[in-house]
Amino acid sequence: MNFNLTFIGQMIAFAVFIYLTMKFIWPPIMEAIAERQKQIEDGLAQADRAKRDLELAQESATDQLREAKDEAAGIIDAANKRATQIIDEAKESAREEGDRILNAAQAEIEQEFNRAKEELRSKLAELSVAGAEKILESSVDQNAHSDMLNKLAAQL
Amino acid sequence: MAGDTLTQAEYINHHLTNLTYGRFEDGHWGFAHNADDIAEMGVMAFNVDSLGWSIFLGAIFFFLFRGVAKKASSGVPGKMQSVVELAVTFVDDNVKSMFHHKNKMVAPMALTILVWVFFMNFMDLIAIDLLPLLAQKFGQYALGMDPHHVYFKVVPTTDPNITLGMAACVFLLILYYSLTQKGPVGFFKELSMHPFSSNNMVLQVFFMPINLVLELVNLIAKPVSLGLRLFGNLYAGEMIFILIALMYGGGFIIAMFGGALQIIWALFHILIISLQAFIFMVLTIVYMSMAYDTGEDH
Repeated sequence: MNFNLTFIGQMIAFAVFIYLTMKFIWPPIMEAIAERQKQIEDGLAQADRAKRDLELAQESATDQLREAKDEAAGIIDAANKRATQIIDEAKESAREEGDRILNAAQAEIEQEFNRAKEELRSKLAELSVAGAEKILESSVDQNAHSDMLNKLAAQL
Repeated sequence: MAGDTLTQAEYINHHLTNLTYGRFEDGHWGFAHNADDIAEMGVMAFNVDSLGWSIFLGAIFFFLFRGVAKKASSGVPGKMQSVVELAVTFVDDNVKSMFHHKNKMVAPMALTILVWVFFMNFMDLIAIDLLPLLAQKFGQYALGMDPHHVYFKVVPTTDPNITLGMAACVFLLILYYSLTQKGPVGFFKELSMHPFSSNNMVLQVFFMPINLVLELVNLIAKPVSLGLRLFGNLYAGEMIFILIALMYGGGFIIAMFGGALQIIWALFHILIISLQAFIFMVLTIVYMSMAYDTGEDH
């Protein structure tokens, strides 16, 4: 337990080991640690950025989806409207056509009816005159009675 | 055990004596054979065992860490690199929290102290008679020495030369940084203006020698306490191991009991050796920080 040169020897050894550690051990290890920390930091930042990008992409995707849906709904609406319009138009034209055909038929019927009436009327005057001639067995003055007969025929 | 020819006192003494190589009074150099030889050598001697183990363990520390440092990459670290980085970051955190100045040396020094002192303390956990016995056999059969003259202390930190040698280095650094950071005048002021100070010039001049004495004691106490704390703790631990080892010679029951005690004390000692290494490192950092601090309240 007495003091001797060991004391000096240990001082020198201590100084040498401090120097060696300072020169050869501390810097490379600290460098590696710092570099790894930086890498991890970068990695985390990148992950954050990627996450944000993903969020943005999702947002824009939903936006686009909504737009597409809106557009599709618009197109369907327009198509529906157009369809009803076409149907209406078709209905309208059909009704018009029907009316037209009906009117034409009615006009023809009326025409036919009038023609028949005229014919009947003229035939009736002759028939009445011939009948009256037969009944009276006398000659009837065609001129004297034609007025009366015409009046009669007009009443039919 | 060291053999039947030894009494208990001799056994203890044998364990507490260093393997000493030094200059005899007649001028020739050689190994000391007994305590008288060591006394004769006085200062001109080396404790070959403690200094050798100290340097050997320091070299282990250096090559272990250097091997990692050379291959250190920022990629996924291997197991060894993880352990080394754990130690390095632990030291770095401690230094950063206690030492707020720019100095390239303090952190590596703290790492050296932590690992080296831990290694030196760790020698205490190796079975107390194992290495001395091997050394004894080696000395006896390979070198033809008297086995009773082969002294071998394996725990360098139980040698005050070692602990105080390191503390002296720290002390020199304290002086160096105090002088360079504060300047000679600032350093002198720090030593002479506290703890008693006065605005009265005459009174201040009167106070100065008192302050100087107090502060110088304070200054000297730093390295002394630093070295002796480590030495005392480890020496006491070693002593208890030796005393427990004495029980092996006292019959089967006592030997078994001694074995159990040895294990218990070794488990407890794990705490002490780590703690002492840590304390030595922390105090060194604190002293460095104090040497750097200028113009602050004391």
